[in-house]
Amino acid sequence: VKRDAQAVILLLVGGTLIKISLTGTYLRYVKHGLQPLLLISGGVLVLVAAVTLWQSVRAGSRATGAPHGRHAAHHDHDHDHDTPRTGEHEPAGAVDLDDDGHGHAHAQPRIAWLLLAPTLALLMFAPPPIGAFQADRSGTALSAQAPSDYAPLPEGDPVRLSILDYASRAVFDHGQSIGARQVVMSGFIMAGPNGAPYLARMVLTCCAADARPIKIGLMGDVPGGLAPDTWLEVVGTYTDRQDKDPVNGEAIPYLQVTSSKTITAPANQYES
Amino acid sequence: MAILEEPWRDTRASDDTPAGQAQRPGQGAGGLGLGSLELLALLVLAALLGRAWIAGLFSTPRMQTLLTVFISICVQAMPFLILGTVLSAAISAFVPARVFTKVLPRSDVLAVPVAGVAGAILPGCECGSVPVAGALVRRGVPTAAALAFLLSSPAINPVVLVSTAVAFPSQPKMVLARAAASLLTATVMGWLWLRLGRPEWFKPQRRPVGEEGGWTTFWASCRHDVSHAGGFLIVGALCAATLSVTVPPRFLQSVASDPALSVVALAVLAVVLSICSEADAFVAASLSQFSLTARLAFLTVGPMIDLKLFAMQAGQFGPRFAVRFAPATFVIAIGCAVAVGAVLL
Repeated sequence: VKRDAQAVILLLVGGTLIKISLTGTYLRYVKHGLQPLLLISGGVLVLVAAVTLWQSVRAGSRATGAPHGRHAAHHDHDHDHDTPRTGEHEPAGAVDLDDDGHGHAHAQPRIAWLLLAPTLALLMFAPPPIGAFQADRSGTALSAQAPSDYAPLPEGDPVRLSILDYASRAVFDHGQSIGARQVVMSGFIMAGPNGAPYLARMVLTCCAADARPIKIGLMGDVPGGLAPDTWLEVVGTYTDRQDKDPVNGEAIPYLQVTSSKTITAPANQYES
Repeated sequence: MAILEEPWRDTRASDDTPAGQAQRPGQGAGGLGLGSLELLALLVLAALLGRAWIAGLFSTPRMQTLLTVFISICVQAMPFLILGTVLSAAISAFVPARVFTKVLPRSDVLAVPVAGVAGAILPGCECGSVPVAGALVRRGVPTAAALAFLLSSPAINPVVLVSTAVAFPSQPKMVLARAAASLLTATVMGWLWLRLGRPEWFKPQRRPVGEEGGWTTFWASCRHDVSHAGGFLIVGALCAATLSVTVPPRFLQSVASDPALSVVALAVLAVVLSICSEADAFVAASLSQFSLTARLAFLTVGPMIDLKLFAMQAGQFGPRFAVRFAPATFVIAIGCAVAVGAVLL
């Protein structure tokens, strides 16, 4: 990869980071709090690319003779050109040597091309957040968060809870802090045992690679035939019924559903 | 020349990236490597034309999950990679070598644990520590000490230890055990390198960057390190994403009950998943079917060696180094985790 192509690649990567941070696409892949860091990173990459291109332009106009000629850059005695041949020592042979016949060689890592893979994938597809497929393969992560005492439920009838909050109160507090209150929650559908649906939400710490599901079972007035990854809002009350997660043996609490409706997926599908 | 530039401009025009600044290289065409830029243009063009076909490939939940995990690892790692790169560039450009010779003990044997403890000052996860360790070696820090720093820093920095404490609210000993096992592994690996390491294995990448310091070095170093370490990061991220959607979940459950097997299984899982060290404690906590010692092995191995780190280490220090260093790290980390687990957990 020549220096300028490298700069353009970094510009694309940096621009893409800025784009996904501003449009909110980043919420599919990493946690909310990373946004400022992504913006800064994108900015740094754009800056590095801009400085590189500016150095090239300056070097090009400084060169004698043909300012637009292909050889212009090869006459500049920038540091990039002063390097001895690196082929024999470069691990993984990861350099392009582009000799211009004057004894100078551009040596930049060829592997930089790979930076385009996630960049193009993001610009063209921006795949959806982690959902039922991964939830099905991982144990419910309830054991990870067990605060010892539970504050009273907030105001509201029904009161809106996260699935994580409901599940923790149901399992570790045995529903005492929920009592007979009506709660409302949203999540995606995944297949439970015997075809009964579970409602789940992925919990995220850093990025979707560490996403873990929190699952609750639905009983009572539950619509049948919902496809996995359908988003559902349910209203219901606490019940002491529990399942054991087939993957890690942790408890999966149930909700006695009184009403439900399908909804469009929220912008941030993860809980944290 | 003008003809060669056409496809480039066309693709840019049809691309919807916000990076409109990318038009600039066209104006400063003096220094352009048209071979590379042309290739870049063709690649982007091919991607756009083949979009529907590629989208078809990724239409199943498994492939979509793979792609999401892949992109997530890359996006999550970027800020930390860039932090590490900028720090490493700053060390290369502005910190004179004598600073390190003053700070570190003269004896290599002592320098190793000191460098290991010094790892605590670099916040963030493992992607940043690879370029920084590379810069330390270039600045004359003994290889063994730089390696101890490389291994300890992602595991024992305050951010990671705090997240471990949050993830294991009922087992505060886990934080201590993690710090001890990680520091022990880093030190043992450093000493092992002093004793067994051969210079011909260790080929830190020679960079097309002047080492005389100053801003020119800084920018060239940033550009090179992001491209280089970033490229290897992507190889590792792709492997990790592929494996994380193909390893059957039942497999883990079947080995959880065997104490010895469960330690090895979680160590392998740490290598496969390549999770950021700031997040791995939460994943470990949810693997509650496993013993605490097995989960400690997961937390010790993960920040030191995983697929993406292996790719990045091979890039930074050479494949001959990586194929020896990675398995040794893996074994030593498991050993230290089991030993510390036996004492503390």
